[in-house]
Amino acid sequence: MSIISLDIAVILAKIALLLFAVLTLAAYLVFAERKLLAWVQDRKGPNRVGPLGLLQPLADLIKLLTKEDFRPLGADKWIFYLAPAMAAIPAIMTLAIVPFGAPVTIMGFEVTLQIVDLNIGLLVFLALSSIAVYGVALGGWASNSKYALLGSIRGLAQLISYELSMGLSLVPVVMLARSFKLSEIVNAQEGCWFIVYQPLSFIIFLVSILAECKRIPFDIPEAEGELVAGFHTEYSGMRFGLFFVGEYINIVVLGGLAATFFLGGWHGPLLPPLVWFWGKVFAFAFLFIWIRGTMPRLRYDQLMHLGWKVLTPLALVNILVTGWWLVMRV
Amino acid sequence: MEQYLFYILAAAMLIATVFAITEKHPVHAIVYLVTSFFALAAIFYLLAAPMIAAFEVIIYAGAVMVLFLFVIMMLDLGHPEKAARPGIGHWLPAMVLGVVIAAAAVTAITLRTTTAPATRVIGIKEFSVALFQRYGVAIEIISMQLLFAVVGALYLGRKR
Repeated sequence: MSIISLDIAVILAKIALLLFAVLTLAAYLVFAERKLLAWVQDRKGPNRVGPLGLLQPLADLIKLLTKEDFRPLGADKWIFYLAPAMAAIPAIMTLAIVPFGAPVTIMGFEVTLQIVDLNIGLLVFLALSSIAVYGVALGGWASNSKYALLGSIRGLAQLISYELSMGLSLVPVVMLARSFKLSEIVNAQEGCWFIVYQPLSFIIFLVSILAECKRIPFDIPEAEGELVAGFHTEYSGMRFGLFFVGEYINIVVLGGLAATFFLGGWHGPLLPPLVWFWGKVFAFAFLFIWIRGTMPRLRYDQLMHLGWKVLTPLALVNILVTGWWLVMRV
Repeated sequence: MEQYLFYILAAAMLIATVFAITEKHPVHAIVYLVTSFFALAAIFYLLAAPMIAAFEVIIYAGAVMVLFLFVIMMLDLGHPEKAARPGIGHWLPAMVLGVVIAAAAVTAITLRTTTAPATRVIGIKEFSVALFQRYGVAIEIISMQLLFAVVGALYLGRKR
């Protein structure tokens, strides 16, 4: 019994630690994004609150928490209230399966730096990312506003389309690692990262997760220029904040998963595993922000064309070639 | 412990499904049905079938119901909450069928003499081998059927 309660205590401690780290990271990612975008556009960015503007996320949080919790006339009450949670929870839940460091030994116990190591870890990731659609779709629908509805219909179509290419781009990873277990996928890359064997898969995955995050160049569900703010137009205060934070947590989680699947997770020479893993996550976050500062938005038909006629067929061909190569190699 | 979890999940699933049937607003019905699928996935996980649990969420909750939602959002339904609930005449066939199924289930449970096999977790490898070797032909036929549906949709959607 004491061993079981110790296990539970360890898991709770890991959850608390990871949640704290990722929520702080998400808040500072917003700040980093504003700063980097400002540099890209030759501005200064937020620099008033605290030294170098470092307390800006705190000020934003206080602003969001004290704003009026507004519900538009004719909105569907319960779905409107629940949708932000539906958007944020899958992103937070995906954290549970990410291996964020090598197993460490604390007082004689070996502790894996991963909350749960499921046999079907990769499938759980796909399941949770397919659930994330509901927050976007229902939030926009329940708002009783044409902009929000248009945004959520676009979001639905985009997320369904790119989920397919994302799932297919992960099949070669499973074929190489011979497992759905994320810890085994990481360990299979000890000698050589999968990006070396699967550069095409990596590119397809990267483009698909950009679309899953609904970020420029795939931000047509939000498209400020045409839809005000897309599916979260009618949200205010912390409910909007939940959509927003969910999006940034998603960037951290998807960056971490991209590192796990293609860049060897926490493996790397010289530096400690934790530094390697979070360094890769930061690199992905930086790449995402950089892309946002550089690219224009795709049109709806270009988006659908890229997803269905380019990425999905390429991913299918890639699976066939990988299978052929694996069979020939034996 | 697992027994209690099973009863809680089964109750949640039944209640959500009943609401999904009786709810007048299609979007609310979809939310209830997705809840029911989640409970069902958790039950599959408890029954040592983690693969089925994952596919239940990926395919049913994540793909099929999302497409339903997409279609409902594209159509302007007006005020479905003002519609009349189905009368007893609409419910009769469902009730008759329900009684038949309940009777069959009760007979099956009471007449069963063999004990249930001990549950063990079916690995992914075992699952895939069974799927693509033992039931390979069936899988191919089903995928052909899906292909026909895609071709049909393309035909209907092509520019005239």
